[in-house]
Amino acid sequence: MNAILIVLEPQGTSIKRTSLEAITAARGIAGGAPMHGVIINGTSEQINAAGAYGLANVLNVSLASFANGTVAAAIATAATTVGADVVLFGANATGKDIAPRVAVRLGAGLLADCVGLSNDGGRLIATRPVYAGKATVQVTSTTPSGVVTLRPNVFTAKQDQTVSVSVQDLSSVANPPARTSVVNDIIKNDGVMDVAEADMVVSGGRGMKGPEHFNLVEDLAKALGAAVGASRAVVDAGWRPHREQVGQTGKTVSPNLYVACGISGAVQHLAGMSSSKYIVAINKDKDAPIFKIADYGIVGDVFEVLPRLTAMVANVTGR
Amino acid sequence: MNILVCISQVPDTATKIVVGADGKSINPQGVKFILNPYDEFAIEEGLRLREAHGGTVTTLTVGGDSAKEILRTALAMGSDNAVLVKDDVRADSFVVASSIADAARELSPDVIIFGRQSIDFDSFQIPSMVAEMLDLPNVSMVSKLSIDGSNVSCERDIEGGKEIVSVSLPCVLSAQKGLNDPRYPKLPDIMKAKQKPITERAAVAAAPQVEVLGMVLPSQNRLGVVVGDSDADLQEIVRRLHEEAKMI
Ligand SMILES: Cc1cc2nc3c(=O)[nH]c(=O)nc-3n(C[C@H](O)[C@H](O)[C@H](O)COP(=O)(O)OP(=O)(O)OC[C@H]3O[C@@H](n4cnc5c(N)ncnc54)[C@H](O)[C@@H]3O)c2cc1C
Ligand SMILES: Nc1ncnc2c1ncn2[C@@H]1O[C@H](COP(=O)(O)O)[C@@H](O)[C@H]1O
Repeated sequence: MNAILIVLEPQGTSIKRTSLEAITAARGIAGGAPMHGVIINGTSEQINAAGAYGLANVLNVSLASFANGTVAAAIATAATTVGADVVLFGANATGKDIAPRVAVRLGAGLLADCVGLSNDGGRLIATRPVYAGKATVQVTSTTPSGVVTLRPNVFTAKQDQTVSVSVQDLSSVANPPARTSVVNDIIKNDGVMDVAEADMVVSGGRGMKGPEHFNLVEDLAKALGAAVGASRAVVDAGWRPHREQVGQTGKTVSPNLYVACGISGAVQHLAGMSSSKYIVAINKDKDAPIFKIADYGIVGDVFEVLPRLTAMVANVTGR
Repeated sequence: MNILVCISQVPDTATKIVVGADGKSINPQGVKFILNPYDEFAIEEGLRLREAHGGTVTTLTVGGDSAKEILRTALAMGSDNAVLVKDDVRADSFVVASSIADAARELSPDVIIFGRQSIDFDSFQIPSMVAEMLDLPNVSMVSKLSIDGSNVSCERDIEGGKEIVSVSLPCVLSAQKGLNDPRYPKLPDIMKAKQKPITERAAVAAAPQVEVLGMVLPSQNRLGVVVGDSDADLQEIVRRLHEEAKMI
């Protein structure tokens, strides 16, 4: 391994947690190889946030456009500049969109949506779920360099000895021709945490019986500080918005804690949440398939269980 | 409008997965193969663009002879042409993307529509790869689309919201669930589709860039603690979440 380049995605005055996770993952495989970050139009605050995670060198690229093709070209240039043979992205909407372009530009194999990463005597080996999580493959790139996207929330972001970050400006090198894609606007879902980014998720399924009962799910989510998720059955029924759907045709989540309320555990639902660290299931049918992958199963009626469970949790968390 | 839709054949999610003798891929015996669910949205959007703007819809897949089945589905839904790029191996996404880019150079479509991801390897990479290979703009995870002249306006799902992105034709798009409601092919159209020609072309000779070293079925090492619904049971779960899992 020559050098690792980590793509840092800005968020407010810091960088996204998925990027911090990527830095942590990089530390795990670097084995002495230098690590560099790359950020687009980064502020000093954002760049310094990486220092707490042990990243000492950051390339800051100024771009007039955030077009995915332009950003990809800039990241590829950054990789070449530092001689990186491994480029790490978080596998979120941005990372999944841009990483394949970077891979093509670098002639590098793309290891997508990885949940494990190791350095086997200089060779990068990644583990990733396939077939809706029903199998796992070990993959490696056969090209001199590799581009990797990491499934969010799987690699825990751990701080390291804080280092001061030295910044190299890449403005003169970059600004490749834009491919005319313009982000005109971003519509934020007001104040709600996204299921794909949340540390804890409480999801409701058809067992909740109607949209009017989802306050029970929301209350537990609030007591935990979790985001609210949903099965496809309830999204299709219009009880919950599609952005909350977990599963194959929804979002893939890997929170530390996933609580499934009145969800049967169909394989397509499991596809979206089986890599969660801890799974709690509440279902009145003791034979529901969800119990097969639950760490903690509660056989009971959600209407009976949720209010009491929420009160007990709130007692511990003080929320 | 010259519309190219790329589709893939994948195992039905409900199928049981068994690792094959090579230890690197699945044993296809008894596996039911279907049209990738996201690609239904891609086909439907292609048909709607033709209905609104005129032109032709060509549906293409890279695969073996058995993949003709999904091309027939696309023809039955209303696709004008079908192309099979013969590649039994489909060594990796890069190889498949190279074949698609090669065909696209010849077909020179105004728009290439993909599904968001194929549900076999969930790689989520072919649309952006093809865009980069063809030096075209792309928008992935499109949940709303309008085309006016050569201006393409899309809504795209991102974490915590939506992006409104505009590109110009020619471009590459990938379809998210919610973009449309795919039509069901009607029986007479299914019958007619059986007679329609499928153009075959050779795959390009590209070297794969990703190698699968091994495949295993994951062991779910779950704690498997199951309790009832008494107060004491719930208190026990909360205690374990607090002390054992340290989650709260
Ligand atoms: C191509 C394809 C893609 C799909 N993608 C997704 C996806 O992304 N996400 C997804 O979730 N699904 C997806 N599905 C659908 C999936 O197969 C299931 O139909 C769906 O997950 C079922 O949702 P559910 O568990 O809420 O409902 P059900 O299967 O109806 O389960 C309801 C559960 O609630 C329990 N219950 C009922 N009343 C109570 C009560 N009072 N207290 C406690 N428990 C109760 C029942 O015992 C039952 O187990 C997909 C299907 C296909 C074919
Ligand atoms: N073999 C294939 N032939 C044609 N198109 C494909 C093939 N595999 C994937 N695609 C397209 O690329 C999209 C994304 O697939 P993937 O990058 O494999 O997740 C799919 O939804 C299809 O539209």
